[in-house]
Amino acid sequence: MYSEIILDHYKNPHNFGKIEDTDAHAIDYNPACGDEVEIFLKINNGKVSEVRFEGRGCAISQATASMLTNEIKGKAVNEIAKLDDKFVFELVGVNLSPVRRNCALLSLKVLKLAAVNYFKE
Amino acid sequence: MADFSKLKADFPILKQKINSKRLVYLDSAATSQKPKQVISAISNYYETYNANVARSIHTLAEKATAAYEGARKKVAAFIGASPEEIVFTKSGTEALNLAVHLIASQLNKGDEVVLTLMEHHSNIVPWQVAAEKVGAKLRFADILPDGRLDMSSLRNIVTNKTKAVAVVHVSNVLGTINPIKEIVGIARQAGALVLVDGAQAAPHMKINVKELGVDFYTISGHKMLGPMGSGVVYAKKEHLEKFPPMLTGGHMIKTVTTEKTTYDDVPHKFEAGTASVADIIGLGMAVDYLENIGMENVRAHEVELAKYALEKLSKIKDLEIYGPMDAEQKGGVIAFNIKGAHPHDVAQILDSDGIAIRSGHACAMPLMQRLGVESVCRASFYIYNDKKDVDALVNGLEKVKEVLKLK
Repeated sequence: MYSEIILDHYKNPHNFGKIEDTDAHAIDYNPACGDEVEIFLKINNGKVSEVRFEGRGCAISQATASMLTNEIKGKAVNEIAKLDDKFVFELVGVNLSPVRRNCALLSLKVLKLAAVNYFKE
Repeated sequence: MADFSKLKADFPILKQKINSKRLVYLDSAATSQKPKQVISAISNYYETYNANVARSIHTLAEKATAAYEGARKKVAAFIGASPEEIVFTKSGTEALNLAVHLIASQLNKGDEVVLTLMEHHSNIVPWQVAAEKVGAKLRFADILPDGRLDMSSLRNIVTNKTKAVAVVHVSNVLGTINPIKEIVGIARQAGALVLVDGAQAAPHMKINVKELGVDFYTISGHKMLGPMGSGVVYAKKEHLEKFPPMLTGGHMIKTVTTEKTTYDDVPHKFEAGTASVADIIGLGMAVDYLENIGMENVRAHEVELAKYALEKLSKIKDLEIYGPMDAEQKGGVIAFNIKGAHPHDVAQILDSDGIAIRSGHACAMPLMQRLGVESVCRASFYIYNDKKDVDALVNGLEKVKEVLKLK
């Protein structure tokens, strides 16, 4: 489960930090673990022009947030709703037990919340 | 002295392998494993005398009632109480909810309740709900850097406004054993009632509620070799007689008309609905099992294990332990963190070697905030653990560092 790639993203996360003048943002927690992920989006012409995240938690939750934010740069916001669990598991690329799948899925949940918040505003 | 090396054979679950390794179960503070005697008591009830208690007059019902009330006598004797002072609930959390409900019936606006920063959520959340209803205030006693309760902080916040002091006997994270007699003394001066959460104490040491002088004491059956579905509230008889029931309906009445109900005698007044009879009978068997070993022996065994574990764990580089470092001053619970490793990753890697620990906030988020951490790893011991289990944990933690490349 702790592949080189996972550990690398965990220790040196990509896109880590805040966006002050964010166009959309969301935060959520995994109550079983205390994992926390907050995602900030800048959106131009309906596309994600910049993305950052902040968070605390296990290697799986934080590495996934790092990998997922890499993936969605340049994507249309209305495509975010179409991303499914399988997309995340393939991205993570390691076998996860049912409980740890929640760790991986947290950042997708937050990303979708951020997209929903964008359309609300 | 009981031969603890032989006890393990009584626990069928411990014979299995996890990930093709010997199961090393170090999560008894979450739930204890069950000896075959307890499992048999439950299946024997369902196979030979399942019936609803205290209702029907037939052989099975008589037998079930006798066994259920027999369990009440056993639990009462186990903690030095009278049987009519023992109310059965379905969990330790329900037990605390009932005790809080009883005390809260006397709370008014402006009253205060004193808790500590090392409480489990089940001794915080019911109080928050109760206090909000009437406009009462909760105050929290602090902890010392070594994880003991800060008694001067407690003394400062217990005033004539304090109506109750509710404290955990043994912390489920720090392992700290709180000085209950001293706390009762402080509460009495203010005229406050005392509720003690004994979920992590009653399974591991001799408890005498009369010697402690508490008003209420709660127990979780599944943490003391009993089944899930069993909890206990001890309350002084005078309180049970005075305070109103929480659940109402079947079983708890004397007479019901369309206008009015009179309640049954204590403790039955507080046991509405069909109890988890098999589980309570199982709890009675768990008490027999523990009494047979002797609670002084249980405690001595755990002190020895905690001492050994503290010594070994404190030698691991970049490992921080939370709570008292003197095994005599704590229960068999050790919370720790390894720098750079999240507790969930630690637990996952240990599990791959068959080692089960708890990881997370351990249902004590205010304590986590006070310690300045999100979560912890927690290893906890019971009668079926031995030094080999501690050695397995120590070796496992070295492997954690390798897997996470922390060396």
